[in-house]
Amino acid sequence: MEKTWNNKAWFMVLPVLLLVAFSAVVPLMTVVNYSVQDTFGNNQFFWAGTDWFDEILHSERFHAALGRNLIFSFIILAIEIPLGIIIALNMPRKGWGVPVCLVLMALPLLIPWNVVGTIWQVFGRTDIGLLGHTLERLGIHYNYVQNPMHAWVTVIIMDIWHWTSLVVLLCYAGLVSIPDAFYQAAKIDGASRWAVFRYIQLPKMNRVLLIAVLLRFMDSFMIYTEPFVVTGGGPGNSTTFLSIDLVKMAVGQFDLGPAAAMSIIYFLIILLLSWVFYTVMTNYDAER
Amino acid sequence: MSVQNDTLARTSGRPEAEQRQIDKALARRMRKRGDESRFWWLIPTLYIIFLMLPIYWLINMSFKTNQEILGAFSLWPQNPTLNNYAVIFTDPSWYKGYINSIIYVVMNTVISVLVALPAAYAFSRYRFLGDKHLFFWLLTNRMAPPAVFALPFFQLYSAFGLIDTHIAVALAHCLFNVPLAVWILEGFMSGVPKEIDETAYIDGYSFPRFFVKIFVPLIASGIGVAAFFCFMFSWVELLIARTLTTTAAKPIAAIMTRTVSASGMDWGVLAAAGVLTIIPGAIVIYFVRNYIAKGFALGRV
Repeated sequence: MEKTWNNKAWFMVLPVLLLVAFSAVVPLMTVVNYSVQDTFGNNQFFWAGTDWFDEILHSERFHAALGRNLIFSFIILAIEIPLGIIIALNMPRKGWGVPVCLVLMALPLLIPWNVVGTIWQVFGRTDIGLLGHTLERLGIHYNYVQNPMHAWVTVIIMDIWHWTSLVVLLCYAGLVSIPDAFYQAAKIDGASRWAVFRYIQLPKMNRVLLIAVLLRFMDSFMIYTEPFVVTGGGPGNSTTFLSIDLVKMAVGQFDLGPAAAMSIIYFLIILLLSWVFYTVMTNYDAER
Repeated sequence: MSVQNDTLARTSGRPEAEQRQIDKALARRMRKRGDESRFWWLIPTLYIIFLMLPIYWLINMSFKTNQEILGAFSLWPQNPTLNNYAVIFTDPSWYKGYINSIIYVVMNTVISVLVALPAAYAFSRYRFLGDKHLFFWLLTNRMAPPAVFALPFFQLYSAFGLIDTHIAVALAHCLFNVPLAVWILEGFMSGVPKEIDETAYIDGYSFPRFFVKIFVPLIASGIGVAAFFCFMFSWVELLIARTLTTTAAKPIAAIMTRTVSASGMDWGVLAAAGVLTIIPGAIVIYFVRNYIAKGFALGRV
């Protein structure tokens, strides 16, 4: 759509600008403020320069949390994206199955995140949970509280349970927008199932898949509540992702300087990723 | 983007007999598709079972007594009891949590949608100085990790004496809900042809009158979807809500975590509380089913 140039439109944006500035810019300035100062208590601060940034960038703890988070995000994407595509391809396109599938599949997306954690915490317990109990019966000594490997598997399966539906719904929205004529043409050409997927369905899903990948990456990169409820970041530090580490540092130990420096580094990474997201989106919008 | 709309759009303006033929052909093709892989329904079915099992387990537990939960292992409640729900509905420290959550969630939804409406209109209709930067900056706030903001929010709202009030949580959640509402509404508004605006102005409508009388009804579904997603994301968020409240405005989500860590025993009540937090989403989900992908993708599908 052709848009007219009109700077008066600023007045319509102003409420949003003020509100978001109040809830984003002001707090961020506090963080910046802390990240360059040190204190011995009593609210007396002095200039610390980039010391905290040096400390965070060279701290094993930050590297470990960042590494864990990256590994987590990549495992999540590697499982959820193909799984989501497969499910979306096999979903009904017509009849009573459509609303049933959509509603049931969307349900986990709308559950409060800590309840998701609670559900899996209970579900995995060997004494009262269906999953834990069944595994125990099968002779697998499953214990997500003490075994880091089991904790990881639990958190990953929980995330698959929670978010794969997002990929499914996005892909499905892309698939139903393909006109039937495309399939007819493919049939006339005698195209194989794979060819139909590769040359008709996948290109049409490109855009939604990109959104799905970026959204899933972003959200898994700032995951906090679900693993916090299930494992509390443990056993040890094995499921301490970036957000959990940051909250531990800021609220638990009250190390304001390092926590603020870490916040800023964290935020810059997110900013970079958001920029990728935005560029991809606007490029697609321009092509359309 | 529903199938029905698609079919309608494709076949509109054709004689009825022809349309029936097309429908038949479509049905035949759907069956054919089933022949290609006879068990296509197996995958969605298995997936839905995987999704429903943990939820079923929670519901199952909420109808059991603690003795039954910890004692005999059973797939369904042997002596169904409503006691767990009774505890929640009679104990103020429990049900107040729901009331608190609903108050700040509704406040947040109203604020977010009201400020987002004019902004989304501006973004969808006009180009202005710095519009793209502003739109991008809004996105970064949707993507910002709440953990980064937890501590500064606490200090900011302490300075204003707003800690433990509903409005504090409602305002804090605007951080990610206002950008979300702007993006979703912009997506819907861009689907309304600009000629409608121009015709209205020629007909002598003033901007506010045009906006309220003509434009808002046109994007009513978009407003509904935006409101739904604001409601949802405010409802599911815990970290910020927990940081900003102590007792008077404590959300149900935070009350639940307290029970997990402190007593750790009352599994039945915990399960019942969990089931009750799922219900609002489960009720509304049917109405937004065709837009849910669009909402989660920030209006970009």
